[in-house]
Amino acid sequence: MFYSPFISKPDSVAQIMLKVLLALIPGIALYVWYFGPAILVSITLASLTALTTETLMLKLRNRPVMAFLKDNSALLTAWLLALSIPPLAPWWLVVVGTAFAIVIAKHLYGGLGNNLFNPAMIGYAVLIISFPAQMTSWIAPHGLGQVELIFLEQINYIFLGELPPDVALDAITMATPLDTMKTHLHLEQHVNQILDMPIYGRLAGQGSELVSLGFLLGGLYLLLTRIISWHIPVAYLGTLLITAGIFHLLDPDHYVAPMFHWFSGAAMIGAFFILTDPVSSPTTSKGKLIFATGAGLITYLIRTFGGFPDGTAFATLLMNICVPLIVLYTQPPVFGKKTKGADKSKVQS
Amino acid sequence: MIKLHHFHGGIHPPDYKSQSTQSAIAQAPLFSEIVIPFHQHAGETAKPIVQVGDHVLKGQMIGMPDGFISSAVHASTSGTIAAIGLRPVAHPSGLPNLCATLIPDGKEQWCQLEPVDYRNHSQAELQQLLRMAGVVGLGGATFPSDIKLRIGKQQVNTLILNAAECEPYITCDDMLMRERADEIVQGAEMLRIMVDAEQVLIAIEDNKPEAIAAMQVAVTMSGVSFEVVPIPSIYPGGSAKQLILILTGLEVPSGKLPTDVGVQSFNVATTYSVYRAFAHGEPLLSRIVTVSGNVLHAKNYEALIGTPMNELVALSETLPDSNGYIMGGPMMGLPLPDIHVPVVKATNCVIATSDKLFPPPPPALPCIRCTRCVEVCPAELQPQDLYWFAKSRELGKAQSFSLFDCIECGACSYVCPSHIPLVQYYRFAKSEIHAREKEKKAADLARERHEFRQLRIEREKQEKAEKLAAKAKAAQSLKPAKTDNEVITKSEV
Repeated sequence: MFYSPFISKPDSVAQIMLKVLLALIPGIALYVWYFGPAILVSITLASLTALTTETLMLKLRNRPVMAFLKDNSALLTAWLLALSIPPLAPWWLVVVGTAFAIVIAKHLYGGLGNNLFNPAMIGYAVLIISFPAQMTSWIAPHGLGQVELIFLEQINYIFLGELPPDVALDAITMATPLDTMKTHLHLEQHVNQILDMPIYGRLAGQGSELVSLGFLLGGLYLLLTRIISWHIPVAYLGTLLITAGIFHLLDPDHYVAPMFHWFSGAAMIGAFFILTDPVSSPTTSKGKLIFATGAGLITYLIRTFGGFPDGTAFATLLMNICVPLIVLYTQPPVFGKKTKGADKSKVQS
Repeated sequence: MIKLHHFHGGIHPPDYKSQSTQSAIAQAPLFSEIVIPFHQHAGETAKPIVQVGDHVLKGQMIGMPDGFISSAVHASTSGTIAAIGLRPVAHPSGLPNLCATLIPDGKEQWCQLEPVDYRNHSQAELQQLLRMAGVVGLGGATFPSDIKLRIGKQQVNTLILNAAECEPYITCDDMLMRERADEIVQGAEMLRIMVDAEQVLIAIEDNKPEAIAAMQVAVTMSGVSFEVVPIPSIYPGGSAKQLILILTGLEVPSGKLPTDVGVQSFNVATTYSVYRAFAHGEPLLSRIVTVSGNVLHAKNYEALIGTPMNELVALSETLPDSNGYIMGGPMMGLPLPDIHVPVVKATNCVIATSDKLFPPPPPALPCIRCTRCVEVCPAELQPQDLYWFAKSRELGKAQSFSLFDCIECGACSYVCPSHIPLVQYYRFAKSEIHAREKEKKAADLARERHEFRQLRIEREKQEKAEKLAAKAKAAQSLKPAKTDNEVITKSEV
């Protein structure tokens, strides 16, 4: 006999994770459209690695394998990490990053629900620090590269590192729009001059701006289905908008407009899919706002003044550290303890 | 119309109420044995005042209230007391309790009833009458009603009749209002006078249009200025503090009583019993019980207190695939390991369960801190943190995160996508804290006793020494010459 309540809403962790995976699909579809199907190879590779390492770790930890494998959380980590790695990256890069995310960042912290850091972002951080060259050569969008590889040639390059005889690596890859902007600003060029370069589209990078739009659409679906609350995306994108806006207004020649920041790099996927990871973000509404505002500021600072082209991953990880403290100091008042005369026993650490 | 307010959170579980409202309240027959527990209310057990072999009349008191918070217990029919002893009862502890076994003589012979005119009696007399009539809260908490009427110097502006009946399946209050609205309204007027309230609000969830209509008619016919207030159907809207917030916008402070904000509330069935107690002199002998769930004929019965529950559900014909019973609703009810227990004042509903209606929950996964529980918690707690603290036995932290403000409504468990039995963890933490406090009190007492004993021994020693010294001194001053004698005295001592 079990205990009350005897009824429950037909809902599960697996369904939540599945909906988040589904919400990534518009972004992924646009990715394939503009950059070719190589990304699907990385996603598959990451998924297989994630499921294998997850099974292994569950066995090592004596946990029921099937119950946890079905929760889709390892798949989500895999997809998010694959999307932050250049699609033409060698296969072992994806495998190492994913394995690190699942084994170290997830299971050594206690598995599902216990990780302090976002596992996908730990995987990304490890890769960008250890393999900067491989992590910064991105595939050129459709119509921009000198040469375009067909799918088989892409697979050949990912697994064997072989390019067709007459093609140089530089001909098919390029720096990201964020990276290009940063490099050229260092060369004393003005923002408007840089934006005239062919890799830029209406708001940000040609192609990549639409991939960001795809993630924005998926994010809106998550908001509508109440899988995430508005606090983190609004505070994160809002902070980026305001900070970038202030700098841009003061010096438009050296600081690019806020919309460029929104639609470049990992801003959109970060706002809706990464920072909103419930396990590693605050549980209180006020805490979510503080967390995302901090992440927005750090992202802007790293992008504009730091050494890395994008800052979302490090911003997420740095703010992940602060979560327990933020949660402790943003406890909302309890029913019956808001009015005068109530027992205001304070929450202590 | 009054302006309604919202409480935080709440859930909308499917209500399964229509099954048991298709037919009128049926009278449960008199069964061959009636078992009446002496502890059917919050507070102290009533003291048995009958003996085995006694013949009792219907309505005769068999258990005398014992202690400030207590209530009387009566024979629900005439017959012979066959036994007084421990019997299984519906209680979370699963322990048997003191009960009187009554073998009905089938005559339904009433004792002398004395109706009273509530207008001609003092507050204290009326409270005493209710105490002796065994009137307790019939919404489930069974708190003695006379205690709730002792408001002292406090001013009650608003009297609330709680007819929200927000739990799924339960329809006993709904049916009572449909069929006996006049009596409820008259009972409400009695309560209004007793607490001297200006305003009476009858709160009914809007999923009970028939009851709302019936109560409206009864209010209009009796010419009182009560207001029937349809409230949105949202669980747990019938929880006293949440209901007070909905109706008045007032938040009863943590650890305080509704009367501290000038409100008192009574369940409608309790109000009906108050009417019966005054207008007919009848003690609380029966109540309406919903029998629903995995049964052929879900229905409400008027059952005598002490009616065997197995016989009662048999009237509704339990379906063959039933695997258990719940007393109360599916959100806060009590699982009954044994259906051979008596109907008590708290029995508002009995639900037959089956794997189809109540599938066992899937194995729990870890908490992913999705905060769906926070979104639905009517006490505005952080259920995921309380769970964490309860699980790791950080009881002090659980307490500082307001564990004791949890009303155990189960909304958090209902929405949890990891299927964690959250309420169980809170109950566990609460009982651990109570146990530790008890232990600490016992230890404190022992220490105090020990210290006092040490002090006493010390003091006695000192007094002895002083006495001796005084004696010696006196001996010296009186008989300075007899030194030998003194030496002997000293050695004797």
